[in-house]
Amino acid sequence: MSEIISIREIVPNVHELVLHSPEVAKKAQPGQFAVVIPDEVGERIPISLADWDEKRGTVTLYFLEVGVSTMKLARKRAGENVDFMAPLGKPSTIKKFGTVFVGGGCYGIGGIKPIVKALKEAGNKVITAIEARSEYLIYHKEELEKYSDEIFLSTSDATAGTKGKVKNIFEILVERGEKIDAAYFMGCTFMMMMSSREAANKGVKSFVYLNPLMVDATGMCGVCRVTVNGETKFACVDGPEFSGEKVDWEELFRRKSQYSLYERDSYEHHCRLERGIK
Amino acid sequence: MSGYRYTGEKLPPDEMKKRMHTSRNKMREQDQRARARNFEEVNLGYDAKTATKEAKRCLLCPTSPCVEGCPVHIKIPEFLQKVAEGKFIEALDVIMQDNVLPAITGRVCPQEIQCEGSCTQRKASGEAVGIGYLERFVADYERNSSRKCSIEIAPPTGKKVAIVGSGPGGLSAAADLARMGHEVHVFEALHKPGGVLVYGIPEFRLPKEIISYEIKRLESMGVKIHTNHLIGRIYTVDELLEEKGFGAVYLGIGAGLPRFMGIEGENLNGVYSANEYLTRSNLMKAYRFPKYDTPVMKGKNVAVIGGGNVAMDAVRTAVRLGANNAYLIYRRSREQMPARDEEVKHAEEEGVKFMFLTKPVRYIGDEQGWVRKMECIKMKLGEIDESGRRKAIPIEGTEFMLDIDIVVVSIGTGANPLLTGTTPGLETNKWGYIEVDEQLRTTKKGVFAGGDIVRGGATVILAMGDGRKAAKAMDEYLKTGEWE
Repeated sequence: MSEIISIREIVPNVHELVLHSPEVAKKAQPGQFAVVIPDEVGERIPISLADWDEKRGTVTLYFLEVGVSTMKLARKRAGENVDFMAPLGKPSTIKKFGTVFVGGGCYGIGGIKPIVKALKEAGNKVITAIEARSEYLIYHKEELEKYSDEIFLSTSDATAGTKGKVKNIFEILVERGEKIDAAYFMGCTFMMMMSSREAANKGVKSFVYLNPLMVDATGMCGVCRVTVNGETKFACVDGPEFSGEKVDWEELFRRKSQYSLYERDSYEHHCRLERGIK
Repeated sequence: MSGYRYTGEKLPPDEMKKRMHTSRNKMREQDQRARARNFEEVNLGYDAKTATKEAKRCLLCPTSPCVEGCPVHIKIPEFLQKVAEGKFIEALDVIMQDNVLPAITGRVCPQEIQCEGSCTQRKASGEAVGIGYLERFVADYERNSSRKCSIEIAPPTGKKVAIVGSGPGGLSAAADLARMGHEVHVFEALHKPGGVLVYGIPEFRLPKEIISYEIKRLESMGVKIHTNHLIGRIYTVDELLEEKGFGAVYLGIGAGLPRFMGIEGENLNGVYSANEYLTRSNLMKAYRFPKYDTPVMKGKNVAVIGGGNVAMDAVRTAVRLGANNAYLIYRRSREQMPARDEEVKHAEEEGVKFMFLTKPVRYIGDEQGWVRKMECIKMKLGEIDESGRRKAIPIEGTEFMLDIDIVVVSIGTGANPLLTGTTPGLETNKWGYIEVDEQLRTTKKGVFAGGDIVRGGATVILAMGDGRKAAKAMDEYLKTGEWE
């Protein structure tokens, strides 16, 4: 079990969770993830490792509150303990490409920081782009600026930065003549699909961080299987990083939706519990 | 070879005569109609009177073939004698010298091919002494009693050992090493210790409270269990040896990589590996959804592919989750099925529909990508193949369709490369299983391995036997430092 140092809603529905785990802080690498279990009856929730501090012995995660499990996690308080297993998955591909583009959306805005930082340290020119529906959902801009050569914002309602999404920023940059050697995308499945397709259109290879359903997250159950380049891969041990242009996105969407009806039942069950209805 | 000989008192001739040709006492079971709808244990065990009566069927024969048949060589005639005398805790003391998880092995061992398979009473009357039932009885008796069996622990040696994986092999090794006075740390990747006993074997066959009890016993012996620790990621084996101060490491990591058949439609929604299906239900308690947050799909027509014990566990889980039709699809015939007789019998009683000599060819989904039908082909048996069983050959033109909404693929597992891939100097064979010598030493100094990651899919008791064997070798190595 690991102790929660702090937990806060950084923007609506996105939570920042800081855990005490000196061992993980020492071992974590960019692109890896963790499994967190909120309570005795809770699910095993996979979450990207967003930051770690070896000196303080802490690890930071960002997660989107979407269902019962993440709702429960969001309601945890500092001082409480949760099951926490990390680091999981293969680390990111970090090397000197030249100019790299890193796009983040939703929890990925927090999640891309270690990748941005490592790419910068590897000697790349790093262009970072983030997307949100509206300005009030943007966070972490200053943090990302520290390690980026340039940073661009995009919002669906044009309240900050470019109107549109990460893929639009990518498109504009390439059309403006920016030579991008590799791209990294982390965020919701739709964002990663659209962005990596845009990159492929422009002849740029991309890395994406897949977020399929997981149970054990150690290669044992196979629920996270994804088709990449025509082959079945387990995202938890073969990934989570894959080449974006090679992912079978339709299958990923379909497999992710398998439990949506159960998710609704679970939500109703908890709502009834909270209102004291048996 | 155990070299064991029973040297206690012999039975007087008239008593011997009386004991021969007796029939085995039945164990109580939950009613088959009721149990097919709940996850409570099917077998209910003996009562004290029946246990004593059954133990008195032992002929105390001079050769003790049962001990030879037991992978961990429990002194069976001695423990049966204690049961016959009504000394149940003392009986457990005898078992515990060789097996620290009797409540578990009493339930899941394939006794019919081990101790009971070679029982002399079986030759005399056709029915072996219920050794497994009695092992289970004494373990359960102690668990519910305030009197506990005694475990002697040697004075501390000052040596630290790491056990990777808290399955049956790891726990057995841990127990022995703790008794030898070593400081034992067990690393488990999941949030609960027990390995396959917790994620794989269902509650109706092995109640989880039994495992927690046995694990508490180990902890009381000084064993430290670290959950949420995936070795290979959080620490490498080299770090355990060099930085963490462990003198020796045992790898009991199991073979946890699920195999699929590589046929069309296996990634459709509703197609599970047995590992996923059982992990959801057992470890995450999805059968109690929504009280527990992790769901598992409840299908009307569930097809489980395979013929082993895991397939039986999966198909019996499907029955309990409310399937109208729970099919067990196996490519060979009943005789070749690797599952234990008792599991097959229980599955049949609970209404599982067996389809032998049948193999899936492809799965067909609807527009939303949910599996709806499977195409199967009939098989026939040919020559004996390298596995020692008759090869299953498809019969052309016998394809047929079956309506299904859930598939559970239970055709075995492979080696998970996570740990072997991060441990330089650890040699594996072509299937990824770890190479060991007869003392279960790997090619890396100080590192031992056993169970499924060496054998490639075996049983709980064989893993436990390996754990004990390795513990002995590890103790020797810790004392002498000799590896050659």
